[in-house]
Amino acid sequence: MNAQSTGQTNTEQTNLQAHLQMDKRVDQLMGLVLRSGVLIAAATVAIGGIVFVARHPEPLTNYHVFQGEPAELRTMKGIFAEVLAFHGRGLIQLGLLLLIATPVARVAFSVGAFLYERDWKYVAVSVLVLALLFYSLFSGHS
Amino acid sequence: MNTLELTAWIALGSLLAGFLGALTGLGGGVVIVPMLTLLFGVDLRYAIGAALVSVIATSSGAAAAYVRDGYSNIRVGMFLEIATTIGALSGAALALYLRASIIAIIFGVVLLYSAYASFRQQPHATENQAPDKLATWLHMDSAYPTANGLETYHVRRVPLGFLIMYIAGVLSGLLGIGSGAVKVLAMDQAMKLPFKVSTTTSNFMIGVTAAASAGIYLSRGYIDPGLAMPVMLGVLVGSLLGARVLAGAKVKTLRIVFSVVIGALAVEMIYNGIAGKF
Repeated sequence: MNAQSTGQTNTEQTNLQAHLQMDKRVDQLMGLVLRSGVLIAAATVAIGGIVFVARHPEPLTNYHVFQGEPAELRTMKGIFAEVLAFHGRGLIQLGLLLLIATPVARVAFSVGAFLYERDWKYVAVSVLVLALLFYSLFSGHS
Repeated sequence: MNTLELTAWIALGSLLAGFLGALTGLGGGVVIVPMLTLLFGVDLRYAIGAALVSVIATSSGAAAAYVRDGYSNIRVGMFLEIATTIGALSGAALALYLRASIIAIIFGVVLLYSAYASFRQQPHATENQAPDKLATWLHMDSAYPTANGLETYHVRRVPLGFLIMYIAGVLSGLLGIGSGAVKVLAMDQAMKLPFKVSTTTSNFMIGVTAAASAGIYLSRGYIDPGLAMPVMLGVLVGSLLGARVLAGAKVKTLRIVFSVVIGALAVEMIYNGIAGKF
């Protein structure tokens, strides 16, 4: 169905065009946020991986039996302390935290973009999604 | 096996999973869990933690490209993310109470559905869909690039899509997968979005859905750095390669082969679950 054949009035047509143009710029920036986030996270994980494999010739974890990670690898405070000590596993976890933060940053960016477009309904929608993400990220890290 | 060998094998398997996942559109995450549990004997909880992380990496990487090309419907994605994040939180909570064998059986069933759904990828007509009141109020109608230029489309049945998305979120949080197949079901079948828009918007949403449950899995100690590292890097590189090859390749045969492999893995997951081997 072509835009011309929809029987929309001219004003609606112009609105849609303006809307799509605005969205395009926002889309490009959003793509940049996502790509750089993944790249930085992957680089951090890779550096941590090299340190980890170099320092530990024998595996530290028996993956056949679930024990759960120690506190220093599952709380933000613990992970940051491990990173400062330049431990490989701490660096990997930092990279994974950055990775988890990437979609969160994308949602935060959407809040700004919808504010800029004065699309209040979607400001509310994206704030709600952001709040849910923060809840999941911080509820377990007391 | 020493650390280097173990890491290299897991990275290689993950690379292959990511490559085939991108090539067939099934996603790498869906193969990672059976590969780690059935092949490497990894505990299901560690496997789900590692898969979840790889899902965020591939979906964010791919979403960046699709969003730039103007396929994804950001508003539909954003609105439905309310449903998937709430679902992901419920799924991650549910994972605490369900026995591993039950989770494995549910995983197998979802895997079977994903393999089946990949055959049924036939674009439906997006013309002649009347505007929907709720979708209009939510500014969801949009346009996407096609061979004939921009084509507009109307979004339908938002509440049904929302409900299916909640289920997709629960499955994602419970199983550590992107549940792309269920997300596409919600948008393509229920909401009548064009197929290309459904798949790219699904990809766009997967990262947020997985991030919601990944936070919980991390704080619960399910995400092991030594395992997640080769899985994440392997799947990421594999899916980037797959996406590149996809541009020119005929993937029909490959999709059939891959779906059969996934079907077999699914049956084994279900069998092992029933036999209580998890």
